Amino acid sequence: MTTLQRKARIMDAHRMRRAITRIAYEIVERNKGTDALAVIGIRTRGVPLGQRLVEQIAAHEGEAPPFGYLDITLYRDDLQTIAYHPVVGPTSIPFNINDRHIILVDDVLFTGRTARAAISVLIDFGRPRSIHLAALIDRGHRELPICPDYVGRVVPTARTEAIQVNLSETDGEDVVYVCDLPPLTEPQS
Amino acid sequence: MARSDLLIRGGRIADPAGDVLLPGDVLIRDGAIVEVASSIDADVPVLDATGLVVAPGFIDLHAHFREPGQEWKEDIASGSRAAVAGGFTTVCLMPNTVPALHDQERVRFVMARGREVGLADLRVVGAATIDIAGSKMAPLGEMAQAGCVAFSDDGHPILDSGLMRRILEYAGQFELPVVQHAEDTGLTRGGAMNEGVIATRLGLGAMPRCAEDIIVHRDIALLEITGGHLHIAHASSAVTMDLVREARERGLQVTCEVTPHHLFFDENWVASCHYDANYKMNPPLRASSDRDALIEACIDGTVDAIATDHAPHLPDEKEMGFGAAPFGVIGLETAFAAAVTVLLPHLSLPRLLRLFTTGPARVFGFDDRGRLEPGLRGDVVLLDPEAEFIYDVASSASRSRNSPFHGQRLRGRVVATVSAGRLVHGGGNRLH
Amino acid sequence: MIAESTGLARKDLLGLEELTAEEIRLILRTAREFREVLDRPIKKVPALRGLTVANLFFENSTRTKMSFELAQKRLSTDSIGFAVSTSSVKKGESLRDTAQNIEAMRVDMIVMRHSESGAPRRLAEMVDAHVVNAGDGCHEHPTQGLLDLYTMQERFDDLRDRRVVIIGDIAHSRVARSNIHGLLKLGAKVGVCGPPTLLPMGLPELGVDVYPHVEDALAEADIINVLRIQLERMGVPLFPSTREYASLFGITPERLENAGHEILVLHPGPINRNVELDSRVADAPGSVILSQVTNGVAVRMAVTYLLAKTRLEAGHGAL
Ligand SMILES: [Zn+2]
Repeated sequence: MTTLQRKARIMDAHRMRRAITRIAYEIVERNKGTDALAVIGIRTRGVPLGQRLVEQIAAHEGEAPPFGYLDITLYRDDLQTIAYHPVVGPTSIPFNINDRHIILVDDVLFTGRTARAAISVLIDFGRPRSIHLAALIDRGHRELPICPDYVGRVVPTARTEAIQVNLSETDGEDVVYVCDLPPLTEPQS
Repeated sequence: MARSDLLIRGGRIADPAGDVLLPGDVLIRDGAIVEVASSIDADVPVLDATGLVVAPGFIDLHAHFREPGQEWKEDIASGSRAAVAGGFTTVCLMPNTVPALHDQERVRFVMARGREVGLADLRVVGAATIDIAGSKMAPLGEMAQAGCVAFSDDGHPILDSGLMRRILEYAGQFELPVVQHAEDTGLTRGGAMNEGVIATRLGLGAMPRCAEDIIVHRDIALLEITGGHLHIAHASSAVTMDLVREARERGLQVTCEVTPHHLFFDENWVASCHYDANYKMNPPLRASSDRDALIEACIDGTVDAIATDHAPHLPDEKEMGFGAAPFGVIGLETAFAAAVTVLLPHLSLPRLLRLFTTGPARVFGFDDRGRLEPGLRGDVVLLDPEAEFIYDVASSASRSRNSPFHGQRLRGRVVATVSAGRLVHGGGNRLH
Repeated sequence: MIAESTGLARKDLLGLEELTAEEIRLILRTAREFREVLDRPIKKVPALRGLTVANLFFENSTRTKMSFELAQKRLSTDSIGFAVSTSSVKKGESLRDTAQNIEAMRVDMIVMRHSESGAPRRLAEMVDAHVVNAGDGCHEHPTQGLLDLYTMQERFDDLRDRRVVIIGDIAHSRVARSNIHGLLKLGAKVGVCGPPTLLPMGLPELGVDVYPHVEDALAEADIINVLRIQLERMGVPLFPSTREYASLFGITPERLENAGHEILVLHPGPINRNVELDSRVADAPGSVILSQVTNGVAVRMAVTYLLAKTRLEAGHGAL
């Protein structure tokens, strides 16, 4: 594991809750309810975030949209170049996605490649009526023509920085940090 | 011929009949030893043996030179070069060439080719049966007249008991041994290595040790009624050693040879070599307890000779998969070093050398070689028993490369070989 | 985000004897995710695009070959099959020739079935490409062993202390050997059962119990793996007749009933119906024999994926 130097806290539990609640409202509003709506989290931290969105939507509308999650490992476009072994994680989409409005949920939107891979996974599962993208943090630096539909917070960053999203489900606390990537001391092999 | 005069000077002489190394010189004239003394002066070329051990040229009772018929694996010239590089000045060739050496013309052909090449003295073990097919006795008498030294179907056993009985009886009149490749093939069909947990793990066809024991047992039982001389080729089993000891105690003329590879390796090597078919031979490498018994039998004198069973095959032939690869390994150039490495901790050098000289000479009845005495053939080797090296098969004079000793650390080097007074291997810088 | 880093730290999959328990668990865990992919509407993922695989079957095996090919297609590899007819094998191509040809074609992975024990091991030492053993002689059939383990784990989460008995020709079975090694590593208790002529030497030294009678084996087994039986090998009959084999060792509903407890029955296929396995057992409602076939694709996907990752790591490790 690379050690990250935390340098600023950009979202605490309170703000995170507010951001998720707001996104949930926006989703309901834009879709005019929960009809044909479904939420799919991108592993790993998109999964608890997606579940929270579903809970918020249910609290508001009285009805929870179906929820699933997917693993993009096998769809990554950098499998040929990365230097570690990504573990293949589970994918579970226990409903038919055909003709549904799918909300894809991820923690951080960065280059857009993860979202691209997630869209490919979805399309192999069927033909949704639409796919929209929700991200807790948009940190910029897109490499693909992908634009989020729902964002918790836009955070301009440098490429030498990283965004660390901690969630109570996976990390014991709800907080987002901006960190410095450690300088590359050795030439990349 | 002037070149067959040679004075070997300044070495320490190992007389296999004794048990000590004594400084001394050996004078050879016209290819024969004329004098062995502590210091000799003569007006002949001198081979400087300073710092080396001087011993009789080695005698191999068991080698396959593949000529005629399979010259791509080996021929008489390349085999002869490998022999003298390993210190062997006499090599007895097995008859399983293509065609088999089962008549006097073929026996004479091989011996004549050996003289043409002119390195080692090549002798022939005549086929015991026509085409070594195991059914019809070959003309043993005519082959004896042509100069063959023993009879064998080596590569195959003489399986039929009645036939084996008749061959023992018939060969007895010429006072020549019958050399048995002891393998009950009904037990070894489809086999590739010794039976046991390693063969099971590797999924290789198993060859139980009793396949050898049964034939040795039977042949000794036959010898009781036939008389004559039975020689067990490439003995690999602890039981064989017990049977030979016991038969000799009862006065039967039974001799045996072991190979350097059975002394050096055991079946565990087949597991650790990752299916390298250069560890596939027949008989197969046995259990470590068998190997211990062979070493013990070399020490106590049960084993008469170390014989190479030099069996060349090309790399592609060996690389067909372990089960499909042919049996056999080359061994002329590593035999002495393998024996020194394994046996020298237990045996003095002169006693070890008996297994290469007086021992095999006695088995095949050579009375003109095997010792350093006036009147005997001028076959001499110069040895450095202390030299350590890592064997590289690429250095071999053989046409083949199928050695299990490749990469092994060995001790004991053949520095020079003199055959009938002529320097035929090494020692160029010591010749004055 | 930095992903968890685990993988098969080896170039080849040649047998289960050389794998650690952890490696076996990793393969089975990964196979579980691929098993899910097989239930998707589009059963193909782009994970190994650009990887070239050669399927070298020097011995006929339609099923194993199909299973490997399907696994490769599901991972989007470029696969080629070498039609190695039995006649050309008889003529004899040395493994070195094979290796040199494959290297010249710049293949990344070789799946090899060969009648000679150890042939994939020899090949693996001669080529840079990954080698997957698809069954070698009487040695190992690691992917079959893995799919058997996978299928057993579907029923019994943890195989520790489970009693598994392999029934049939143990001496000549690569499936038996891969099962033995894999099961022992996962902590199962392994037994074998079959005619004495079909049991090799040294089984107790491997940690395997021998059951001379099938009834005794069934009395203690949680799982049995029933091997396909062959009357002859190289023209030598190994037992008197298939009828006699069926009566002594055949797995019938009656024999299973008499065991007095439920037993999971596996068979690597193809089945000699009513010889080693009664049709009523093979076709019983809870039979997992067809699941084995599906699981085989998932396991082979996992093996291909995990091995290919080691190539990618070694070859192009830029972040
Ligand atoms: Zn032989």
